[in-house]
Amino acid sequence: MDIITARNLVKEYNGLRAVNGINFSVHRQECFGILGPNGAGKTSTVRMMFGFSPITAGELHVLGLDVTHHAREIKARLGIVPQENNLDLDLKVLQNLLVYASFFNIPEREARARALEHLEFFGLSDKLDAKVDHLSGGMKRRLTIARALINNPEIVILDEPTTGLDPQARHTVWQRLRHLRSRGVTIILTTHYLEEAAQLCDRLIIMDHGDILDEGTPGELLERHVGAEVLEIGQGAAAADNLTKQFHNDIRGHLEVGDNLVLYPLNGRELLSRLQNLPQQFDHYLLRPATLEDVFLKLTGRGLKE
Amino acid sequence: MSNTLRMDISPRVFKVFRRHLTVYRRNWKVSLSFNFFEPLLYLAAMGYGLGVYVQAIEGLTFIQFLAPALIASSAMFSSSYECTYGTFIRMEFQKTFQAMVATPVSMDEVSLGEILWGSFKSFLYGSVILFVILVLGLVASPWALLVPGVLLVSGLLFASLSMIWIGLFPNIDSFNYYFSLVITPLFLFSGVFFPLSGLPAIAQTLAWASPLLHVVNLTRGLVLGNVGMHLVWDFVWLVVVAAVLMPIAIHLMRRLVIR
Ligand SMILES: Nc1ncnc2c1ncn2[C@@H]1O[C@H](COP(=O)(O)OP(=O)(O)OP(=O)(O)O)[C@@H](O)[C@H]1O
Ligand SMILES: [Mg+2]
Repeated sequence: MDIITARNLVKEYNGLRAVNGINFSVHRQECFGILGPNGAGKTSTVRMMFGFSPITAGELHVLGLDVTHHAREIKARLGIVPQENNLDLDLKVLQNLLVYASFFNIPEREARARALEHLEFFGLSDKLDAKVDHLSGGMKRRLTIARALINNPEIVILDEPTTGLDPQARHTVWQRLRHLRSRGVTIILTTHYLEEAAQLCDRLIIMDHGDILDEGTPGELLERHVGAEVLEIGQGAAAADNLTKQFHNDIRGHLEVGDNLVLYPLNGRELLSRLQNLPQQFDHYLLRPATLEDVFLKLTGRGLKE
Repeated sequence: MSNTLRMDISPRVFKVFRRHLTVYRRNWKVSLSFNFFEPLLYLAAMGYGLGVYVQAIEGLTFIQFLAPALIASSAMFSSSYECTYGTFIRMEFQKTFQAMVATPVSMDEVSLGEILWGSFKSFLYGSVILFVILVLGLVASPWALLVPGVLLVSGLLFASLSMIWIGLFPNIDSFNYYFSLVITPLFLFSGVFFPLSGLPAIAQTLAWASPLLHVVNLTRGLVLGNVGMHLVWDFVWLVVVAAVLMPIAIHLMRRLVIR
């Protein structure tokens, strides 16, 4: 059974359509990614899952329950990591978790035991009495994730968990999330980072302007849109017409990215050597494994971060 | 849309209240001494300073007249500060509400928790002033024991009024206007410093609409032992207005936060 299902889900803010009738479902115990640029509608989509944002139209079921009528039951079984940290600045680190636990009616003893365990797991054991404001960005993020786990949720929803973190802090968070998933928690993750999606997600949807452009496993998406490799030709955009005509049997597609031309070759090595034997030479040639970024570029015709 | 007027309230609201209490327990000494300092200044300057030049009012010395009213005004100010600046900072800058509504707590419980907290502060700060004037020998009647109950109700009222203002003008600069256009006029024209009987009839009718007037009538009546049916009506007035304002405040806050 799917743990979340959305049917023709719409979100409008005073007439502005942020989510445009999307359909998707999340399987139990998977890590599900929502990928998209700024303003794609990622936050709007996840906020509807926990009833923070009322749905405008369509249907959304979480844990088999309708979000409009069962927000409370649903929220009792979810863990939420919002895009903006909203730790309680008036409380110390440990107190943050204890007070949050009280909102779930978790008895104090139990709450304390769980809080200490989670703080340990997230490497915050020596910060129990620290002011939240004095934590680094990475620690705040880890604390927010620890807080989201206090009710032993069946689903954890993370809205851009690692945006703004340095690479090391990011890897720490990823490691913790993998561990969670191995314990059977369903994870929903929004991100701009294609590497994050590739590293963590079993399945993902790519959103832009409120629509889902495609969905699948990272491998399926690569296979469907790009293939295993891409060949980048520096300053090749001007010659795009000629090259794609000449090699149309050897490529599955192409994309102009600024001045560069990106080809999706059937056999990268062979195409590269043929290109290098042409009388016309280009700025540079780069044959590399395809990434989700290429998929994204192909689908939207533009980069994620512009 | 159909259920906008229905409130979603459960006993979890007390968890919200407890959160505020937990925070307050960390800095209550500082907070209490500040809030309590200002009414004392009024008492000293007006009561003992100005009072010397003021003739007896309704058979009372000026300080006897003023002191019980300062219980009321102090209660008004404490819940009004708490539920304008305090509430707004939690909502807008600290995003505390957003964190709470991601748990089984509903937005309506968050708002009601704020109102209860504002009411508690009215109760606390008003009671402290009551205690001080008791020590100064200005409490004439055991009816004064009922004052804390009046403070709780007036706290609900002023907390709701403040949050209605936030709902209408959700901007920290707007609170200056709230205090200069609403709270200060109430403070000056609700019989705290002088009896309204000297004012033109039209002003007296207007003053009847002031919640603070009814709180002042009650605290003064109870502290001085002038009790009677008129106090019951003042109390009923407060209960009814508080009961009307609370759901409006909760509704406006929900509209503001949940989008
Ligand atoms: N509370 C709101 N009121 C009005 N418009 C909103 C609100 N929240 C989001 N929007 C609009 O909805 C659209 C989608 O926003 P959303 O926050 O869902 O995007 P996102 O994919 O999370 O973007 P980001 O990567 O920047 O977080 C944007 O055009 C945004 O301006
Ligand atoms: Mg977002």
